[in-house]
Amino acid sequence: MNSASVAERPAPVSEKKPKYMLCEGNEAAALGVALARPDMVALYPITPQSSLVEHLAKLVADGRMDADVVEAEGEHSVLSVLQGATLAGGRTYTATCGPGLAFMFEPYFRTAGMRLPMVMTIVTRDGITPQSVWGGHQDAMTVREVGWVQIYCESVQEVLDTTVMAFKIAEHHDVMLPVNVCLDGNYLSYGSARIEMPEQAEVDAFMGGKDVNWHVALDPLRPMAVDPMTGNASGSGPATFVRYRKGQCRGMQNALKVIEEVHADWGRRIGRHYAPLVEEYRLDDADFALLTLGSMTGAAKDAVDEARAAGRRIGLIKIKTFSPFPIDALQRALRNVKALGVVDRSVAFRWNCGPMFQETLGVLYRLDRHLPAQSFIGGLAGADITVEHFHRVINDTEALMQQPERIYHEPVWLNEKD
Amino acid sequence: MYEVRLHGRGGQGAVLAAGILAAALVEEGKFAVAIPSFGFERRGAPVAAFLRCDEREIRRMTNIYTPDCVICIDPTVSRSVDILAGLKPGGALIQTSNRPVEELLLNEAVGTVGLCDAVRLAREIFGRPITNTLMLAAFARATGVVSLAALQQALRDSEFRDAGLSQNLLALERGYHETTVHHLERRAAA
Repeated sequence: MNSASVAERPAPVSEKKPKYMLCEGNEAAALGVALARPDMVALYPITPQSSLVEHLAKLVADGRMDADVVEAEGEHSVLSVLQGATLAGGRTYTATCGPGLAFMFEPYFRTAGMRLPMVMTIVTRDGITPQSVWGGHQDAMTVREVGWVQIYCESVQEVLDTTVMAFKIAEHHDVMLPVNVCLDGNYLSYGSARIEMPEQAEVDAFMGGKDVNWHVALDPLRPMAVDPMTGNASGSGPATFVRYRKGQCRGMQNALKVIEEVHADWGRRIGRHYAPLVEEYRLDDADFALLTLGSMTGAAKDAVDEARAAGRRIGLIKIKTFSPFPIDALQRALRNVKALGVVDRSVAFRWNCGPMFQETLGVLYRLDRHLPAQSFIGGLAGADITVEHFHRVINDTEALMQQPERIYHEPVWLNEKD
Repeated sequence: MYEVRLHGRGGQGAVLAAGILAAALVEEGKFAVAIPSFGFERRGAPVAAFLRCDEREIRRMTNIYTPDCVICIDPTVSRSVDILAGLKPGGALIQTSNRPVEELLLNEAVGTVGLCDAVRLAREIFGRPITNTLMLAAFARATGVVSLAALQQALRDSEFRDAGLSQNLLALERGYHETTVHHLERRAAA
């Protein structure tokens, strides 16, 4: 696609690299994008995503990635440009966060409605006002009902691997939905860790043939209209609109199975296995458990190990796929749990709790018993959630097991006194 | 797990130093994680960066509050930041200074001091007080946690090229050999 490199296929990104390398989360995302060989990336930098697009631009400039790069004048245009490219059959990618995500909201909504299998990293950032440029899940949580698949990463390696898998998930014919790979701003975006690069040939085999937009490829010889005016209360409008929405919901439900299949295939081929929907950690004989999301999970696992060493029967559940919400997998994970502490990195203003806690309440309703649960909110606007914070979560959650009645407490704000 | 906190000022390369040190540790086959502290990037403002290394995978992606070692690549930032906060008893301080160790403001936790007049060396090598690679070499000399050879390889694998690379390799060499190491056994015992 890039005119400078049409004649010669660029060297795959993995060729010049040693088996192990150190890279930050943003670079890992860029390397994952390059491994997936997109046709077009459109970019607009914003903290804490900026180094991601810088890495992408450098990969293209160095001839290690063969994609057209569009530097658009803002995020609304970024997504609009990519919609055209995706409709023309291209594999497309971008990344944004916070205010950039807000600015692209209109095309963001349209991307899911038009079933365009785009991949976009959200380098998650907290909401503005009071002013903040730091990490938090508020941006991704705010758009959790717009119809994009949303997958959260725990580690730098998982960012790379999940970014590649996201294209496969989005483009699967049973899904055909855009996918957000959510990576935590600051701690994961700028945090550097040792990673292993997969071989380009292995990734090529994993990806298979490119078949991005089999259902409505734009073709100048066959003019067609897309995104029709529908709805209202007469004619074919209501039925057409319902067909769109039902199709989106079906695609989301299909994604649950596809995400599992794609992760299993990645594990077979590349050798790294991740729990695709819900990870259970030391849960088998646990009486009580933590529920975590994203990069906080590492510190939470360390805290669980320490509590286990002290003889406490604690386990951990991590949600990797947040949208579609893994209702059945979470219900299975909760089978023996007698108390649950849910740690969110954002706020559900309407419910006075964390958004993941709010979603979990819906799953608790499916259980045939009362499971006491408590919402913890931490890590807002770049604040740290340390092993010590998780020990407080563990103590408070264990105490819930002694709670005889259904009492719903105020959320615990973990960084309130930091 | 071994934890290091780096202190410096914006523009001196403390964050970059944490990345190079992590890359050197990975070069040696260890696991390493480097995390910068998240301020607005401004030249001259105090900055910090965090580094963990271990023989096994490191899961926590958090800041460091009780370091085994503090590397301070600026001679004056300790006036505005408590650089020794949380240092583990018997821990190491790697400090750039042109003063003798007796004149440093230390607390009871400090067990080892690696002292390097990195500002003077940096002026000689770079013509500017860029002290980060010098102080990584001082860290290697004083603690032995990383080898000089691994730091050199990490620099060669980095974005440094040509004069920048050769100057920084020289900085590693001189920083390593022109660092004095002081074991403060009385303090460690207390």
